[in-house]
Amino acid sequence: MLPELGHFALILALLLAGLQAFFGIAGPLLGRERWSAAVVPAVAGQFVMVATAVGCLVASFVGEDFSVRYVAENSNSALPLFYRVTALWGAHEGSLLLWILLLAAWTVAVTIGAARLPRRFATRVLGVLGVVSFGFLLFTLATSDPFLRLDPPAADGNDLNPILQDPALAVHPPILYTGYVGFAVAFAFACAAMLEGRLDQEWARWTRPWTTAAWAFLGCGIALGSFWAYYELGWGGYWFWDPVENASFMPWLAGTALVHSLAVTDKRGLFKSWTLLLAIVAFSLSMLGTFLVRSGVLVSVHSFAADPARGIFILAFLVVMIGGALTLYAWRAPLLRSTAGFELGARESFLLFNNILLVIAAATVFAGTLAPLISDSLGLGTLSVGPPYFNPSFMVSMLPLLALLSLGIHAGWKRGRLGAKRRVLLTTLVVAAVLGNGVVFGIYSGGHVLTPVGMTLGIWIILASLADPLDRWRRRLSLPRSVLGMTLAHIGLGLAVIALTTVQSFTVERDVALANGGSTRVGNYDFRFDGVTALEGPNYDAIGGTVTVTRNGAPVVVLKPEKRQYWVQHQAITQTSIHIDRGNNLLVALGDDLGAGRWSIRIQIRPLVSLIWLAVLVMALGGALAASDRRYRALRVTETVTGTAAGQPTG
Amino acid sequence: MRRGAGTLAIVALAAVLLGDRAAYAVDTTQMPTAELQARYSALTHELRCMQCQNEALADSPVQLAADMRGVIRDMLLAGKTDADVRAYMVGRYGDFILFRPRFNLRTAWLWLAPGALLLLGAVVAARVVRRRTALLAGDPDPVDEEGRS
Amino acid sequence: MSRFLVPLAAFALLVVVLAIGIRHAPEKGVIASPLIGKPAPQFSLPDLGNSARRVSSGDFKGKWYLLNVWGTWCYECRAEHAMLLEVQRAAVLPLVGIDWKDDDSEARTWLTQLGNPYAVVAVDHSGRTAIDWGVYAAPESFLVDPRGIVVYKVTGALTREVWTRDILPRLTAGRVTGS
Repeated sequence: MLPELGHFALILALLLAGLQAFFGIAGPLLGRERWSAAVVPAVAGQFVMVATAVGCLVASFVGEDFSVRYVAENSNSALPLFYRVTALWGAHEGSLLLWILLLAAWTVAVTIGAARLPRRFATRVLGVLGVVSFGFLLFTLATSDPFLRLDPPAADGNDLNPILQDPALAVHPPILYTGYVGFAVAFAFACAAMLEGRLDQEWARWTRPWTTAAWAFLGCGIALGSFWAYYELGWGGYWFWDPVENASFMPWLAGTALVHSLAVTDKRGLFKSWTLLLAIVAFSLSMLGTFLVRSGVLVSVHSFAADPARGIFILAFLVVMIGGALTLYAWRAPLLRSTAGFELGARESFLLFNNILLVIAAATVFAGTLAPLISDSLGLGTLSVGPPYFNPSFMVSMLPLLALLSLGIHAGWKRGRLGAKRRVLLTTLVVAAVLGNGVVFGIYSGGHVLTPVGMTLGIWIILASLADPLDRWRRRLSLPRSVLGMTLAHIGLGLAVIALTTVQSFTVERDVALANGGSTRVGNYDFRFDGVTALEGPNYDAIGGTVTVTRNGAPVVVLKPEKRQYWVQHQAITQTSIHIDRGNNLLVALGDDLGAGRWSIRIQIRPLVSLIWLAVLVMALGGALAASDRRYRALRVTETVTGTAAGQPTG
Repeated sequence: MRRGAGTLAIVALAAVLLGDRAAYAVDTTQMPTAELQARYSALTHELRCMQCQNEALADSPVQLAADMRGVIRDMLLAGKTDADVRAYMVGRYGDFILFRPRFNLRTAWLWLAPGALLLLGAVVAARVVRRRTALLAGDPDPVDEEGRS
Repeated sequence: MSRFLVPLAAFALLVVVLAIGIRHAPEKGVIASPLIGKPAPQFSLPDLGNSARRVSSGDFKGKWYLLNVWGTWCYECRAEHAMLLEVQRAAVLPLVGIDWKDDDSEARTWLTQLGNPYAVVAVDHSGRTAIDWGVYAAPESFLVDPRGIVVYKVTGALTREVWTRDILPRLTAGRVTGS
């Protein structure tokens, strides 16, 4: 009964999305007021229907309805309640439903926020969002229906993949998708502007908070995924340049460029076609990521089950959405010229370099991710691309960006005036170099040639970011949230650079075979293996190891790694045991029983690795802070065009 | 051919995912010298496990990976160079086994892409800045902090 | 004007590449063998049927043969077995089995119970020979010509379709040209 209701709700949602799309675009186009007015009810109705469908699926999971194929494939009677709910997004069909729910939620949020926007423009935005919703709902109903039934019903379920039975799973996909999907809003704003034939500084100001919010969510989602991989997968690695990871990283890079480009368009009415293109590209990369993960064209650790039929559908959808948007762009962008000027040392210059370098970074990741596919399709043979390509190639664009950041923050709009800032910049650079090299050579022992460079750049960014706000604070000047947010975000980046440099340069790894009572020295710590015991969990059996860690004789912690055997899926899952001591992450994982009480054990010491995720959180907080600035909640504007830059496109 | 290959992929995957084994391996191979250990570690991290999706030989729990690690160990102990090991593996499994694509005519585009894009970016940046600086010439007004002119 | 068309053009190019990729997607599990056209790797392994003897690659010089890598632990191999018996009955070329990472007594039981299509079975316990042949999942089969060159590789189970479409034509063509 419930699954049928859910299925029916999805069908209704599809119809409502179709209406939302049709009225949203045709209404303003043809000047039909009644059609335009129908958009908001369509949005509300679609959201209610999608929420209903999600509710029905959750209820099927909680109620252990194994006549629903998706539930039977991803749940089990012994599965704890918490995971029965989060199993909703554990596989392809359910995660798509989550996508659609979040898109509907963003659409509702935009509808509420749209009270401040001109009506016709807002209607168009909602119309474009309707097109996206329609596409995804159609895809779901046609190829990935989560409500398909099993006849006869399964006696019990296949259980959720044990790797996914983890608290981080509860939050990683929803947060990640919130960001991923959120770029649809910027995309819709861009398409609406192109349909209107008008893009001005006002438009940029409307778009900024939505974009920054999506960007912050996506960053948090990526960081969560990395954190989860670190402690769950047992390798102690946190980033593998895996295609699915890259699929979320590319939109984030493009989104970062977009956030900055919007700032220029907002402040100076410049870079309009750049900003437009970036808004299209960011969401296109989101959609492309969805395609890559679900169509079987790429080899990845955690892509969903491959299905070429789905791939074709998504590809067709991509052609319509992205092809359509880029056609609009080719038509409208030439009219967006402005005649404002700026000099080489101006902030606009630095943001231009920023745009270019971030786009190159995204293109690099793109090339590496798609290289196997491109090579195969063009008959150039099978290729495989991993960290040994991505790490150095990514640096090519990132190093210049990090070096220019501190300068750019201090450059004035239009005229730079970096000469006046020379003392501040030089002082902060010298302090950073001293501190950086001091840490690298004093606390640690050298490392790679890029290690002191990375450390110096990271510290410099933090110091340079603090210089101006501290100065303003000292002089009792105002510190609006947008400035604070920007400062915080840049500090977050500096922290991330410091953390990444440290982890990449000074990680110590050792795989050893230890007998009961045997110990080994790794770094400054001694690890003593104290044997294993048998344990039992709610739906698994486990072997728990005990490892006592000391430092120069003084006890630090007792770590308890486990190897779990889940009853249903027969998969052995490692539970690493992690402890943070003086900023070092101590990670221990159980390997294999080598017989006679000997076990193979993996020990890793990763200094400052947790700072990476903290840093991303700081960046996201900075973004959130900036997005909540009062200037974005300005009073509703009238229909007439305001804006200073010359060269407004004709309607 | 297609169906068989597809089934093979599923079987290979199933062997990993549903097999009675952990998602990773702890490789406790000890080489006699630190230099050999470093080379062994580097090579096993650089070569792909052929039965897994995106795992290195060093981390893969499947038997084939263990066997291949053994081959690498024996080759290093026999005095072979890193290039010999790579050539051996590529000669049997193709370029796909390398995580680092080799630099040749077929992969040059990939390796040169970042540098080429950087050059292109520099050219674009130069053009834009030159144009905007020229536009600035006829505009003597200063700007305030917020960028309003 | 023209530079604003660049994104659209680039996208169109990408779509073409992705479309080709989808078409190839079912074959994603297959890695092309670099051994094709190269001499078959040499091996010398114990004979499953007679532990005193050894089977070596030199035994088959001057003859066509199909090398089949299998194991009793391998689900697909069981499915393939009926086809292998057919190949044996057709008596077109000998089947050389490589019992990969397996238990000898279980292998003998398997062959007794299901029938033995092989002219001879070599036992690879260490797995080194399989690696030498570039094997990455059982079952796999290699067609080798009388000069000792690997002519074709079958990844996955040998089906009738593969046999008639890929193996037989190469075999008959080779025999016609007198190789």
